[in-house]
Amino acid sequence: MIGNSARSTSMRTALGRVRHLGSAKEGVHHWWMQRLTALALVPLVLWFVVSLAGMSGMDHAAATAWIGSPSVAITLVLLIGATFYHAQLGVQVVLEDYIHNEGLKLAALVLVKFASIVLSVAAIFAVLKIAFGG
Amino acid sequence: MSAHNRPLSPHLQVYKPQLTSVLSISHRATGIALAVGTLLLVWWLVAAAAGGEAFDTAQGFFGSWFGILVLFGFSYALMYHLCNGIRHLFWDAGYGFELETAYRSGWLTVGASVALTLVAWIIAAAS
Repeated sequence: MIGNSARSTSMRTALGRVRHLGSAKEGVHHWWMQRLTALALVPLVLWFVVSLAGMSGMDHAAATAWIGSPSVAITLVLLIGATFYHAQLGVQVVLEDYIHNEGLKLAALVLVKFASIVLSVAAIFAVLKIAFGG
Repeated sequence: MSAHNRPLSPHLQVYKPQLTSVLSISHRATGIALAVGTLLLVWWLVAAAAGGEAFDTAQGFFGSWFGILVLFGFSYALMYHLCNGIRHLFWDAGYGFELETAYRSGWLTVGASVALTLVAWIIAAAS
């Protein structure tokens, strides 16, 4: 019989088959990650600001000694990761809201996402170089 | 009515600015400023890793009057975004939507962000 596929064995529509199965559970991923990184950034940012304020005008030796100590290096890497993850999520929403040309919007989003990766990798590499290279 | 002629709300040209709306757009503005400002953090860390000369150049900028101005603005934007971000997290949890509460938390955000910024700079001046 021609066309005896799974489709022809059911009278139900495609929408009818997926209805009530629930979402793909990805709908709030952006929202959730923005909140998760925000929560992480509250203590991380306060720690960073207080630490830097307490060492204003430090020389290179003092700066690298501080950055390179294990607990500081680990916390800095966490701060950098959370900061750029949070920033690119936020900037993405702003670009989506205000840029109405689809091509321009796509280009801006790609630029922001790539820049976030490049900048965060550069910052993390700098911390690790100081921590491991001495 | 065509899709192009639909009324827009809030119409910013005729809508009276309120604490809630001003704080809302300020959250976005400071977010964008902070995203751009991450360049300073990356510069500082990469300069420290590159060596004494590059680090002194970076510290020279941050210690100049223009650098201090930028850092002061950055620090206030950071403290504002942090305080108002906590306000947003309370909303996300379902608290603080009453008009009176929203205004009180708004003024609290303004006060706390100014206080935290001043505390940070007092610590910096004393160290």
